[in-house]
Order: sequence, then structure tokens, then C-alpha cells
Amino acid sequence: MSTLQFIINNFNEVMFLCWEHVWIVGIALLIATPIGVILGVLITKHEQFASRVLGGANILMTIPSLALFGLMLPILAIYNMGLGKVPAVIALVLYSQLPIIRNTYTAIKNVPPALVDAGRGMGMSKWKLLRELEIPLATPVIIAGLRTAAVMNIGVAAIATYIGAGGLGVYIQQGIARVYPEMILSGAILVSLLAIIVDGGMAMLEKFATPEGIRVQRKLSR
Amino acid sequence: MKRLITKLYRIIIAVLILIAGVTFERTGLIKLISDPYEYPVIMGLFLQHLYIVSLSMIIATIIGVTAGIVLTRQRFRKYAGICMYIIGLGQTIPSLAVLALAMSFLGIGVKPAVFALTIYSILPIARNTLAGITAVPPELIDAGKGMGMPPMKILLDVEIPNAMEVILTGFRVALIINIGTTALAYVIGAGGLGDLIFTGISLMQTDKLLAGAIPVTLLALFADFLSEMLGLVLISKGLRHSK
Repeated sequence: MSTLQFIINNFNEVMFLCWEHVWIVGIALLIATPIGVILGVLITKHEQFASRVLGGANILMTIPSLALFGLMLPILAIYNMGLGKVPAVIALVLYSQLPIIRNTYTAIKNVPPALVDAGRGMGMSKWKLLRELEIPLATPVIIAGLRTAAVMNIGVAAIATYIGAGGLGVYIQQGIARVYPEMILSGAILVSLLAIIVDGGMAMLEKFATPEGIRVQRKLSR
Repeated sequence: MKRLITKLYRIIIAVLILIAGVTFERTGLIKLISDPYEYPVIMGLFLQHLYIVSLSMIIATIIGVTAGIVLTRQRFRKYAGICMYIIGLGQTIPSLAVLALAMSFLGIGVKPAVFALTIYSILPIARNTLAGITAVPPELIDAGKGMGMPPMKILLDVEIPNAMEVILTGFRVALIINIGTTALAYVIGAGGLGDLIFTGISLMQTDKLLAGAIPVTLLALFADFLSEMLGLVLISKGLRHSK
């Protein structure tokens, strides 16, 4: 109960930290999505790089977030940006690559070849095929990748507090430092809630982005 | 063309290694590691890190696989859906939040850290065990039944070997998340290599920072490699995907 009291008492600050958290994750996703989707589309056209690009993204994902901040700090410190929001956003962009690239790649791979053939038969160029057939069909799966990336990024952004990026992790960090259980709890609960809400929102978006034809088809096949 | 790319790739890697070596020398990392007083400290923290990771992973694997198997039995199958949902919800909770919650209930030290890490690692393992066993083709189970296998034998000889690849993926994910989260466990007083990273960040002492960050990264990459090797041992030959 006292946790709720803490949130109500500091409502303005809570809202600000929430906004900061969402801002970091949002900017990172905005940068990561075009890079990931373009790379994903490119490796479906140039198959020989697929395993290498996916392997590289996998290695990036394997690096623990705190270690990644640590490894980037001395490099970015040269440009006087070792701490703060810049390294946090860079790390989030790097982490988002694997889910986005992988989902784009598998989605475009899984477009039924009959449809591609039909498009080709109608005289679509490669570019038009990609824009009007493959991308729309792949969109729900790509958004599923974005959803994975967003949920993961909210967790990593909480850790980024320790390199001075702000966000809701501040409550966890300060709460631990001050041994202030209400502060820790409200930080932990708010971050978890944010992750769960974003997860649910992206699931809705995923449903919304499914082309109408596929939705009808799915309903009929049920 | 392909040869040229391979050659270029090798040159880039060689240059990167060279730059890394120079950086380590410049930042004083090599000096720090070869310091007779610092070396045992770093080694101790490394061993502590390994201890926390292995302890929590062993407990989590046992509980996770058991929970996954129990939930696929006929009697408990109706709870599988809701458990899957709860696990999915649990996985969206950030690792730092889990650690903080464990600390606010259990206090500081190694115990709450191991508790939090265990809980957090159970989720992917249980989820994948559940998914793996559910995805075993029913024909195979029927064939086992037809050969007169009791349920226990079907589980051990048909279901688990067929689900092994998926279970191992869950184990791999859990292990890698665990190694990364253990680095954070320093903030709730559990030690480990996170000690060096956090100290390095607060003091802006690059050598200490790298002495923590590089072993954690290598440990995670090694764990990734190790789980792949584990797959070669545990997945039976007939089921292996030809690459």
C-alpha cells in the first residue's frame, strides 16, 4: 500500500521517468527498424550472407547488456559521450537487430512461392513484388519481431540507468542505494507494468497489421 | 569475388584484434591483470560469478524440466495453457526488476541473487520443455504405445529425445540471460564480475571496467558455444538437422 502511496506522492516524477523510459526505447526502435528490415530484406536476396549476418546479430545478442555498456564506454568516451542516453540508445539498437532481422528474413522466406509466381506472371518487377506482395505479407511477423525487441529493450533500458540514461531504472538504483523498499518496489513494478503494457499493445498492432485477405483466409480455414 | 571478400574479412578481423591489443595496453588492462595483488581479486570475482551462474542454472534446469514434463502429462495438461501465459508474462518482467524484487523481500547477499536468477532461468527452460514435448508428433507416441511401451518409457525414449533440441534452446537462452543478469547481481550485494564493471563505471577507471566486461562477454560467448556442443552430445543422431 505504501508503494502506491509513494507513486501517488511522486506522480509527476513517475510520469516523467516513464516518459523518459519510453522515449529511449522508442528512439532506439525507430533507428533499429529501418536498419533491421533493410538488412533482413537484403539477406533474402543475397542468400550467401544470411548465415553470417544472422550469426553476427546473434553474437551481439549474446553479449550481456552491462558488459556491452562497459565495452562501449571507453570507445564513446573519446567523443565525450561515454555516459548518458547515447550509449543506451546504441546498445538498444544493437540488441534489436537479431529479432528484427530474423523475423524479416523468415517472414519473406515463408511467402508462398505460388503467390510470388502469380505476381511475376502479372508482370511485377522485383521492386514491385517486394513492395506490394512480400512486405505486406511479412508485416505481422516483422511487428512480432519488433514486439520482442521492444519488451527486451525496456529491460535493458532499466539497466542503462547505471550509465546515466535515466528512465524508471532510476527508482530501482536509488532505492537500492538508499535502502528504500517502497522506491525499489515502485520502480520494479512500474518497469514490469510498462513491459507488459507494451507487449499487449504490440500484440494488438500485430493483429491490426495483418492484411485483411489473410484474416479472412484464416477465419475460413478454422 | 568470394575469395576477395573472405580475404577482406580476415584482414578486418586481424586489424580489430590489433586495435583491441593496443587499447588494452593503453588503458592499462594488461598491467592490471598482471598485477600480483589485483590478479587474485579478479580471479576470485570470476569464480564467484561462475559459482552463482552454475548453482542457479543447476537448480533451474532441474525444476524447469520437471515442471515442463509434469505439465504435459495427461492429468495436468489442462493447466498447460494458463501456465504458458503466466510464464510469458513473467518473461516480460525485466531482469533488474526481478533482482530488485528479490532484494526487497529477502535482503542483500548471494542467496537472494541465486533465488532471483533461478526463478528467472526456470521460465525459458520450462517454456521450451513444454513446447518441445507438445510438438512431438502424435504418430511417434502412438507407435511407442503400439510397441507396448509403458508411459514412463514413452517419456524417456520417445518424447524427451524428440524434444531435446527445443529444450536445449531454452537452456541456452536461460544460460546466456543468467550470465548477463549475474553481472547485475552486484547491485544486490552478490559480488561477481559486475563488481569490476560497476566500480569501473563509477570511478571512470577503464582498466577495471574492461577487466570486468571482457570476461563476462567471453563467458557468455563461451556458454553459447558450449550449449551448441552439448547439442551434439545430447541430440540423437537420427534427429539432427543436416546443415
